[in-house]
Amino acid sequence: MKEYNKLIFEISRKGRKGYSLPENDVPHLKADDIIPENLLSKNEINLPEVSEVDIVRHYTQLGNKNYGVDTGFYPLGSCTMKYNPKVNEEVAALSGFTNIHPYENEEKVQGALELMYDLSKKLAEIGGMEEVTLQPAAGAHGEVTGLMIIKSYHEYRNDYKRRNIIIPDSAHGTNPASAATVGFNVIQVESNSEGRIDIAKLKEVINDETAGLMLTNPNTLGLFEDDILEISRLIHESGGLLYYDGANMNAVMGMARPGDMGFDVVHFNLHKTFSTPHGGGGPGSGPVGVKKDLVKFLPVPIIEKKNNKYRLDYNRPESIGKVKCFYGNFGVMVRAYAYILSMGGEGLKQASKMAVLNSNYIKSKLKGYYNIPFDHLCKHEFVLGGLKNGNGVTTLDVAKRLLDYGYHPPTIYFPLIVKESIMIEPTETESKETLDEFIDAMIEIANEAEKDPEILKNAPYNTIIKRVDEVKAARRPIVKGI
Amino acid sequence: MYPYIPNTPEDEKIMLDSIGLSSVDDLFDDIPEEVKLKRRLNINSPMSEMEVLNRLKALSKKNISTEDMVCFLGAGAYDHYIPSVVKYVISKPEFYTAYTPYQAEISQGTLQSVFEYQSMICSLTGMDAANASMYDVGTAAQEAGFMACEITRRKSVVVSKSVHPEVRKVLKTYMKFRQIEVVEADLKDGVTDIEKLQKIINENTAGIIVQNPNFFGIIEDFSEIENIIHRNKGLMIMSVDPISLGILKTPGEWGADIAIGDGQSLGNSLNFGGPHLGFMATKSKFMRKLPGRIVGQTEDKDGKRAFVLTLQAREQHIRREKASSNICSNEQLNALAATVYMTAMGKEGLREVALQCISKSHYALKKIIDTGKFQLLFDKPFFMEFCLKSKYDGTKINEELLKKNIIGGYELEREYPEYKNSVLLCVTEKRTKDEIDILADALEGIK
Repeated sequence: MKEYNKLIFEISRKGRKGYSLPENDVPHLKADDIIPENLLSKNEINLPEVSEVDIVRHYTQLGNKNYGVDTGFYPLGSCTMKYNPKVNEEVAALSGFTNIHPYENEEKVQGALELMYDLSKKLAEIGGMEEVTLQPAAGAHGEVTGLMIIKSYHEYRNDYKRRNIIIPDSAHGTNPASAATVGFNVIQVESNSEGRIDIAKLKEVINDETAGLMLTNPNTLGLFEDDILEISRLIHESGGLLYYDGANMNAVMGMARPGDMGFDVVHFNLHKTFSTPHGGGGPGSGPVGVKKDLVKFLPVPIIEKKNNKYRLDYNRPESIGKVKCFYGNFGVMVRAYAYILSMGGEGLKQASKMAVLNSNYIKSKLKGYYNIPFDHLCKHEFVLGGLKNGNGVTTLDVAKRLLDYGYHPPTIYFPLIVKESIMIEPTETESKETLDEFIDAMIEIANEAEKDPEILKNAPYNTIIKRVDEVKAARRPIVKGI
Repeated sequence: MYPYIPNTPEDEKIMLDSIGLSSVDDLFDDIPEEVKLKRRLNINSPMSEMEVLNRLKALSKKNISTEDMVCFLGAGAYDHYIPSVVKYVISKPEFYTAYTPYQAEISQGTLQSVFEYQSMICSLTGMDAANASMYDVGTAAQEAGFMACEITRRKSVVVSKSVHPEVRKVLKTYMKFRQIEVVEADLKDGVTDIEKLQKIINENTAGIIVQNPNFFGIIEDFSEIENIIHRNKGLMIMSVDPISLGILKTPGEWGADIAIGDGQSLGNSLNFGGPHLGFMATKSKFMRKLPGRIVGQTEDKDGKRAFVLTLQAREQHIRREKASSNICSNEQLNALAATVYMTAMGKEGLREVALQCISKSHYALKKIIDTGKFQLLFDKPFFMEFCLKSKYDGTKINEELLKKNIIGGYELEREYPEYKNSVLLCVTEKRTKDEIDILADALEGIK
């Protein structure tokens, strides 16, 4: 195929059009007929002038330069790149969902409110929570919302000294960043030699300034925090609350619920666990569930059901307020709802079981070739510590070589506590054959590293571009093309 | 068997053997017994695809869409025309089933489209650098507020009451947890009251947030506001309707430091309020303070032009609690829709849409005023939305309109108790003369 390397602006030709609008059928006004001249722009906007064919070919060519779940295996740890069912796209495109206005009379959007109400109840059951808000637009947005609720809880009890959020050193970067966004101090606690929270060290940092602890369980190493009940006891006895980062929920659906582990606040990632597409980086959806004592702090509005009618309840005086305009990413909720209906409770449990089986299977096969810093049962993902016989080959080299083998590489250099980390999350939607082929590729790369490390250092070879100069991009940033 | 889970019982057995376990349940031995769920999840049983389709179709039919009725409702979510090519492009699995473009070699499609998006947003707003998107205009306003506080080292943000009420609510939520003061600037005749503003902006003000056209649809004059805020060394943050920028003075021309807005109008469906996208752009000197992802141009090792996520040292996955924001996933697919929309419309199309909005909304106003039953609440230049007052309660007006298959306006009293019996109507390029005439007749018929 011919190589295509043009910006949309570079194929623009004066006078070309990619749209058609009906003739204006009312008296035509010019801008300066009614708007004072000093309020009008003097400059012309610089947008491309292209035909519809140009648009389709341009973005088809760009699409061909991408790799998605529909292209192939995408074991990007922490991101749960499971298959996105097509029926979900079909229902999300129904006009009765896409073409409804957020300020329509509640009587006229009962279907949307019912869907949201029902979805929130299902999520509450899956997470072991009392009530769920669907307002947050992404996981990190859910974290902020949950932390605001925790802060409000303490302040409601006139306990203003609780400024600290404890976060393990293995946590996602969003955890400390979200805590800072809400005005908390971040207290980092080290992991022990088993890759789990070090209880002795945790005890050292818990005090009457502890607002809460943020934890993913299984943690980012893919290990279940088996001391969770002890952790929960310690935090709660000190007066703090427990926050569950739901990024890793795909490991435990129907097997164990955050609420039963002692967590008070949970966020879900509908774009991970509940199969909604990642969109190249959103839109996501990050619903937040809370235990009973915290319900009154949830963002407004909450959907209420009374006499089989659904309504938006804004009358929640202790609510943290709004975290997003309107009610959240409804279009994403529709897809997640369809997914939960398709799977049912038993299907979700089966998904978690198979996600965990797939992950342990790959780990067992790669053991001989890559370092396994924590060789325990893993959950839906696991972390390797680079090649056993590295020969100077880094994790980055391995990842780049995987591109040549046709795979999206795993998450690399995260979590930070493992040197040369490679974080692999296969998900349940991949077959044994796919896993076997990936395993073969990983082993072949390990062999290449031993025989001829230079091959890996210069990889990739088969991609449309080679390794990029990131330093150059950051030193003198070029962030626009016109 | 489930259609999205390919492992057969035979596969399971082989895999378990390889791991050295006898059952899948053994894989969960690390979960303490007390924590394990000993019952089934109390949700639905699995449903077939047909059943799922039927259930969701039934739910969708319980909603009245803008295809079922004629929509004159705006107030921050707009019923503009979306060219087919937009939906076509965002339905491409290469875009919608990919994630954050961390691996540049296999993500040039997303990266280049974000680069094009950033370029177009800069051109539209008259700014130098845009990020890859925010969740919506509310969170963009909050991020801009944080940015202004960070740049000026001050802890007070002024926001005009003519800014969308939901945006102000989101702003207040975030600011209160950081002990940043939010001061609301009063209005006079539907626009920011300059005299009062003089008194509340001072050397503690990090920035002011204004909106154009404002919540009432009015095109404000920002020359004085720009003077006042910059005299006090604060930042000017302008929230703008991107469609209006086909005609109206841009944030760059007004002298704004940060431009934000909701990009829903650019090719994204109403979706009951989301997903939409927030856009955010600023001047070069503040580029390194922007939140979220930014794509930059560079070269690969053969010297070929390439695109890559850049200035990542601002972001949470590198800087953790010191990051400029906690945002990770944004609204990339919506930003792609906006990019394709701007590409399809081009400079001519965007201008034509804006002019049709102006012509049609002014025609509607004239027809409605001619009924003798309604007056314009504020006599100010407007873009495509205007406020009507009358002797009728807003709820009654909208109920009467619904009887004529019309989705009526936003009742101002919901958020502005001082404006009783007032509705905010929106007339986009999608409305026809006939539809507007029917609206005017329906309003005339209200008793």
